Parts: sequence; structure tokens; C-alpha cells
Amino acid sequence: MNKIGKLVNIIIGLSIILILWQVVVLTGRYEASLLPSPLMVLNALKEVISNGSLFTNIQVSLLRFFVGYSSAVILAVVFGLILGWFEKVWAIIDPIVQVLRPISPIAWFPFIVLWLGIGDIPAIAIIFIASFFPVLLSTVSAVKKVDKTYLKVAKNFGMKQYSVLTKIIFPASFPSIVTGLHIALGSAWVFLVAGEMVGVQSGLGFMIIDARNSLRSDLLLAAIINIGVIGLLLDKLVNIFEKWVGKTWGIAQEPERS
Amino acid sequence: MFIKINNASKTYKNNNRDTKSLDNINLTIEKGEFICLLGPSGCGKSTLLNIIAGFDSPTNGEVIIDDKSVKEPSPNYVTIFQNYGLLPWRSVKKNVELGLEVKKISKEEKSKIADEYIELVGLTKFSKHHPSQLSGGMQQRVAIARALAVDPEIIFMDEPFGALDAMTRMNMQDEISNIWEQKKKTIIFVTHDIEEAVFLADRIVIMTPGPGKVKSIINVPMKRKRDRTNEEFLKIRDRVFLEFKMKEEIEIEYSI
Ligand SMILES: Nc1ncnc2c1ncn2[C@@H]1O[C@H](COP(=O)(O)OP(=O)(O)OP(=O)(O)O)[C@@H](O)[C@H]1O
Ligand SMILES: [Mg+2]
Repeated sequence: MNKIGKLVNIIIGLSIILILWQVVVLTGRYEASLLPSPLMVLNALKEVISNGSLFTNIQVSLLRFFVGYSSAVILAVVFGLILGWFEKVWAIIDPIVQVLRPISPIAWFPFIVLWLGIGDIPAIAIIFIASFFPVLLSTVSAVKKVDKTYLKVAKNFGMKQYSVLTKIIFPASFPSIVTGLHIALGSAWVFLVAGEMVGVQSGLGFMIIDARNSLRSDLLLAAIINIGVIGLLLDKLVNIFEKWVGKTWGIAQEPERS
Repeated sequence: MFIKINNASKTYKNNNRDTKSLDNINLTIEKGEFICLLGPSGCGKSTLLNIIAGFDSPTNGEVIIDDKSVKEPSPNYVTIFQNYGLLPWRSVKKNVELGLEVKKISKEEKSKIADEYIELVGLTKFSKHHPSQLSGGMQQRVAIARALAVDPEIIFMDEPFGALDAMTRMNMQDEISNIWEQKKKTIIFVTHDIEEAVFLADRIVIMTPGPGKVKSIINVPMKRKRDRTNEEFLKIRDRVFLEFKMKEEIEIEYSI
């Protein structure tokens, strides 16, 4: 019942958008090159699917995304664990991070290109920067929040510092770290497109630029829709992971709203 | 003498304000004794326990266990905390194995020891469960099994049954009393429940606040398993009440 209800809601929502869109198109106030009709976008979608370019571009984007995101996550979690643990070191690093964090990854773009050249690397670097800080900060704060009783227990049993980090601190902070991973995933996906708009000849971001250059607003919208849907799917994937972690870690799940 | 506390005092310094929470404590405890630290909130029971267990150090004086001055915690004296300190991501069995992981023993050995103590506290059926799937009393049992598994000489317990309902609490008191008889550990047990102290202790250390002091020590020369309703039990309980001036002295004198 619940699942069917959700599906119905999705269908209603999409239908409203489609109808409104079609109505605006039918008024004829906008040229087709400014606002393509749903049918035109569907055809554009068919075109990029049948010539294979869509899937190639999605593949390339996902690969870049995966490399940038996972390297950022690994580094940020390792640094976060260490920095959260050694409070005195964090006290020095924290102000630097606070200054770097609000800078949009895009602002680094000129430097990235100068230092790393063009191609896959700049796009990956943008995603790396976009994911790194949220994960770092959530890891540090998760480590600081670890229940002091666990640390006392570890000390009591005579656990060595390294074991405390791997057997107590990391698993104890893992659920909060995963929340950070979730947030970072969203913001990194937003920046993927920006990262692919300059200096590469493939990917979803390139599809946007390419459509603009050839004045194909139908292709443009088709690419936009793909970016949205894939972002949503990635989010759902982390969501499942987050729920699994919560369950395995024995954290009471909030009852779902019905 | 097994544990010796010599003139221990503790003063906490917090933003230029000094709080004296322990004032010149002297106490000796023999091996295998069951000691209860009893007193109202704020009298320094936890502070004293933490100092004996090596989590905190006294401002003055010292604690000696087995002829050695206590400087830090040791697996030889394990503390059981009020909120149990169980790791929620580990199963009951993995929790009980925690202290064993530090020792260099084989997987099979670890598993065997853990099973043994899980059985002792009656949780064999739950060994694959996670702490969040257990009741408060069961979680406390896991903490007890985990502490016993490393075979310590002393067990410290800080109001371990404080969060349990009255019935569960009495069950746990029976159980810890049995375990103490079986395993011959030295137990130092903090409580502010007078009946609990009379039921469990060989000696009750009565503490008073402002600053924390040992007011008196009451022997409880009763056989186990103790009956909470027999005359001797009630007499000792009344003596403790009297120590806290919660009962009129005259009344006692008449009744004796
Ligand atoms: N870290 C601390 N900093 C400052 N004062 C402290 C600290 N820990 C304890 N105290 C003070 O020391 C006194 C004794 O505290 P303690 O926790 O030992 O009491 P307690 O007998 O265990 O009380 P309760 O039954 O409420 O647990 C209290 O006045 C408390 O405010
Ligand atoms: Mg206390």
C-alpha cells in the first residue's frame, strides 16, 4: 500500500510538470529553440541513446566521479580520524580548513588547469575538493563525539593507541561519518557538471556545453534530466548504505513517516 | 592488605574555583572482600572509585594495590560503568571478547572463554544479538561477563544497577552475589541504595559529602544468600539509616 502510494505520488507529480510544460509550449509564446516540447526532448533522448553517446558520457562521468569522490573520502576519513584524535593538531588545522571550505571548487579551476593540465584530471580534482571538506569535517566532529566511556573501557583493557583508533574510534564514529559521506556525495555531484564544462570532450557536463554550442535546447534538456535522475539514484544508493550501517551498528531507526 | 588508600584527597580546579570532593580518605581492603561505598549524591563515591581504578589521580595521598602505587588503569582491575560501555556495533560475544583481544591468545581460546562467561551470566541464547536488542538488565550482564572474561583480581562497579527497575535490580543483586561467591573476586561497588549495600557487602563504607569523607564502616557479618526480610538484615539496615541520621536515635535505643 505504502509503496504503491509513493509511486502514485511520483506519477501525479511528474504528470503535473509535463502537462504544465506542454501547456506553456502550446501557448506558442516561446520558440521551439528556446523551449522544446516534451516530445522533442523525448526524441533527443532517443537520439543520444541510439547513437550511444549518452551511455558513453554517463560512463565517463561516473568514472571521474567515482575516482574523485572515493579518493577524497579515503583521505578525508583517514585525516579526520587522526586530526579528531589529536586535538592540539586540529586546533592549528581548523582555522585553515575554515578558510578553505567556503571557497567554491570552481574558483580553483584556473589553477587546477595550470598545474594539472586539461583532460580528466581537472574534473576529478573539482569533485575531490567538493567532497573532501564535508567528509573531513564530519569525521573530525564524529571522532570528538565518541562516547568517553568507550575510551575508558579501551584504556582499562590496556588497548594500544592503534587498536583504539581502529577498533573503537573508527567504528564508533562510522555512522556519523556516513552521514558526512551522504552530504558530500550530493555536493560533489553538483560540481561534476561544472568540472566537465571546460577542457574535456566527454561526460554529462560536456553534453551540456556541446548542446549549447550547437543550439540544441532539446539535447540540453535531455542532458539536464539525466544529471538529475543519476544524482537521485546515487543519493538513493547512499541512503540504502546509510540505513544498513544504522541497522548493523544497532542504532534505533526512526520510524518512517506514513 | 590488598588495597590501601593512604590520606587520599581530591580537589578539582575549574575556572579558578576549587571543589574539594575528597578529604583525607583512609581505607584498607582485603583480597576477596565485597565492599560497598554508600552515600548521598555528591559525596565523592565515583571520584574515589575512579582514583582507586587509576582513571584519575588523587591531589594528595596515594592508592596502593598489591604493594604497587596505582598510576593508571590495568586489565587486572576492571571497571563496570553505569551506562555499561558496551560497543553497540559488536554482538554480545564480540563485546565479551574485547578485553581478550589485547591478550595474545588464539581465536578458539578467545571464543571458548567468551562462551563460558556468557553462559555464566545466562545469555548463551543471545550471544549473537547486539546490545540494542537486549534489556537493560541483560546489557549489564554482558558488561559483567566482559569484565570477568579477562579474569581480573578486582572489579569496580559504579552504581551498576542504578538504571534498572526494582525487580530486575534485585535479580541482578542475587546474580552478582552468586558470581562473587563463585569467582572469589574483590568487588568494590558504589551505590546510594541502603538495602542494596546491606544485601551485597561484607563491609559498607559510609561516606558523607561536603567534602567527601569516610564517616564510618559497618560490618555485615551475615551468611549468604541473604534474606532481605529477616531480622538481622533489618537491624543492620537500621544501623545504616542511623548513620545517615535518617532515623531517630532514641527509637533505636528503645528497640534494642
Ligand atoms: N571533573 C570534575 N570537575 C569538578 N568537580 C567535580 C568533577 N567530578 C566531580 N566533581 C565534584 O566532586 C564531588 C563528588 O562527585 P562524585 O561524582 O564523586 O559524587 P558521587 O558520590 O559519585 O555522586 P553521585 O551519587 O551523584 O554519582 C561533587 O561535588 C562534584 O561536583
Ligand atoms: Mg557517582
